[in-house]
Amino acid sequence: MEKWPDNKAWLLVLPVFVIVAFSAIIPLLTVINYSVQDIFGPGQSVFVGVDWFREMLQDYRLREALWRQFLFSGLVLIIEIPLGVLIALAMPKRGWKASAALVTLALPLLIPWNTIGTIWIIFTRPDIGLLGAVINNLLGIPFDHTASPLDAWITVMLMEVWHWTPLVALLAYSGLRAIPEAYYQAARIDGASAWSTFLYVQLPKMRGVLTIAFLLRFMDSFLIYAEPFVLTGGGPGNSTTFLSLYLVKIALLQFDLGPGAAFSLIYFIIVLLFSFIFYQALQRVGKGETV
Amino acid sequence: MTFTLKWMEWTLPTAIFCGTIFLTVIAMTIWQTVSPSMERRGFLPIPTTPGDRLFIGILSSCYLFLAWVGFTQWNLWVLPAIILCWILVVMRWG
Amino acid sequence: MKVRKRSIALGIYYFLLLLPIYWMLNMSLRTNASILATFSLFPTDFTLENYIKIFTDASWYMGYVNAIIYVGMNTVISLTVALPAAYAFSRYQFVGDKQMFFWLLTNRMAPAAVFALPFFQLYSSVGLLDTHIAVALAHCLFNVPLSVWILEGFMSGVPREIDETAFIDGYSLPRFFITIFIPLIKAGVGVTAFFCFMFSWVELLLARTLTVTNAKPISAIMTRTISATGLDYGLLAAAGILTILPGALVIWFVRNYMAKGFALGRV
Repeated sequence: MEKWPDNKAWLLVLPVFVIVAFSAIIPLLTVINYSVQDIFGPGQSVFVGVDWFREMLQDYRLREALWRQFLFSGLVLIIEIPLGVLIALAMPKRGWKASAALVTLALPLLIPWNTIGTIWIIFTRPDIGLLGAVINNLLGIPFDHTASPLDAWITVMLMEVWHWTPLVALLAYSGLRAIPEAYYQAARIDGASAWSTFLYVQLPKMRGVLTIAFLLRFMDSFLIYAEPFVLTGGGPGNSTTFLSLYLVKIALLQFDLGPGAAFSLIYFIIVLLFSFIFYQALQRVGKGETV
Repeated sequence: MTFTLKWMEWTLPTAIFCGTIFLTVIAMTIWQTVSPSMERRGFLPIPTTPGDRLFIGILSSCYLFLAWVGFTQWNLWVLPAIILCWILVVMRWG
Repeated sequence: MKVRKRSIALGIYYFLLLLPIYWMLNMSLRTNASILATFSLFPTDFTLENYIKIFTDASWYMGYVNAIIYVGMNTVISLTVALPAAYAFSRYQFVGDKQMFFWLLTNRMAPAAVFALPFFQLYSSVGLLDTHIAVALAHCLFNVPLSVWILEGFMSGVPREIDETAFIDGYSLPRFFITIFIPLIKAGVGVTAFFCFMFSWVELLLARTLTVTNAKPISAIMTRTISATGLDYGLLAAAGILTILPGALVIWFVRNYMAKGFALGRV
């Protein structure tokens, strides 16, 4: 199916272009401008060349935040994708049960991100939280996410998995529903076990939605801000300071516009590379799927 | 309502930088409208159109810039020449 | 046997899924003093005091009103501009179409923290700071690309013969689009609206940066309370429970589209 070649289609895209350009290009130009200057106040600035870039690239806290970020996003993918697929496989297929299961599953996705943080503060505090109290008092293991970096990481990971696995599950579920019943019948006639049905029928058919789930989860976990900000504030120490938290600290809290802008650009370039690689992967999946 | 651009803190170097990219994109659009090019394979691992190659050239130059600034003390004025050559190479053979 | 094990595992997952939410509900029905004094699985000395406080104090309940106003605006704007664009991407080939699509997606993936600072200055310079429309426009940055993406998937699922037949029958593009095409992809529009609502409703950083008092959303008011009043857990939990409700309502309305919609669209 060839698309109709017609450059007049630009007119249909124009509103989107204008509205996104207003929110994307003007701020981006501004960030580029800020990144080469030391700004004291409106109209008072000194041109400093690439000094901010040099300073930020050699800032060990930025590098630590970057590695922490990659570790976090990697763990998120390793845990959430298989778990989401398992949940989707176990979910009821039709009837009111399926509706109820879907609605309940989607619930965490529609909670504002800082409320997520609040829920987990209340849930994990050793004195008033259910989880905190169970671990501390029943199991006798000291657990406090405000004091121990490891506990903070566990809490943030738990929160993240709790929050976003439903998205993976929803996508995987929709992929499973799109498989025609005939495929299952064929597998049954061949006497295929549940495992080989999964491996040779369900998994290949889910490739498209799973790629999307993978991309969405990687990108969004790479940009995570509000939940750890509310839950741990980046601490204890800097142990849960991810890239966005560190950036906001420099740009909005300390109001260091120049270094903040240079940091923003570095961050943006990293994200741009990943977006490009993923976009290519997505296109390939789109072409490979002929059904 | 007075709309000013003063808060954007323009400087001459950034204006030249952004202007160059902006004009290149415009020029590419006009070129492709007048004579559209096909996708082809070069030394890059994926088939690309000239637009893709321009993007790849610019993005890889950004990384070159970051590596240059962050990990070396070499003279910065050599960099634009290298980047220009690199982008031309990608555009021609990529 | 196998099926039983499966549903038990699923049951455990749902239990764990709902537990933190239940805990917050439990907290919201107790006073702060009681929360700190005794640990209890159920609301002892049951009280609605926290909810009453939120519904009678304008600085609290206006937070919900503000958030709903800008989320609504954002959903309408995103759908209005994204529908024609998605049609263009799904039906036509034009100069820079792939590049344009990619550029849109990069904005979905750009960290909000990068834009927060210049946004503040941009919207102050056009005099929109602390208005609902400012937040709605800012959220377009990620919701418009997402809408284009989802809608394009749905539209590509509609055979192009339908368009061709309609054009031969003498329909103009706008008339065909509104009277025939949009009803065909109703489920897609529903799913898109759901996602716009969701991402605009849950976002905090930009909404907080762009508002001072008049348009401040509830989520930002909550964070302010955490830092200022030495944590009133009961009140905080009640406010949190109330931020879940609109989302739960929206899910309820689109529940029938969800399975169908996800399956049709590439999301």
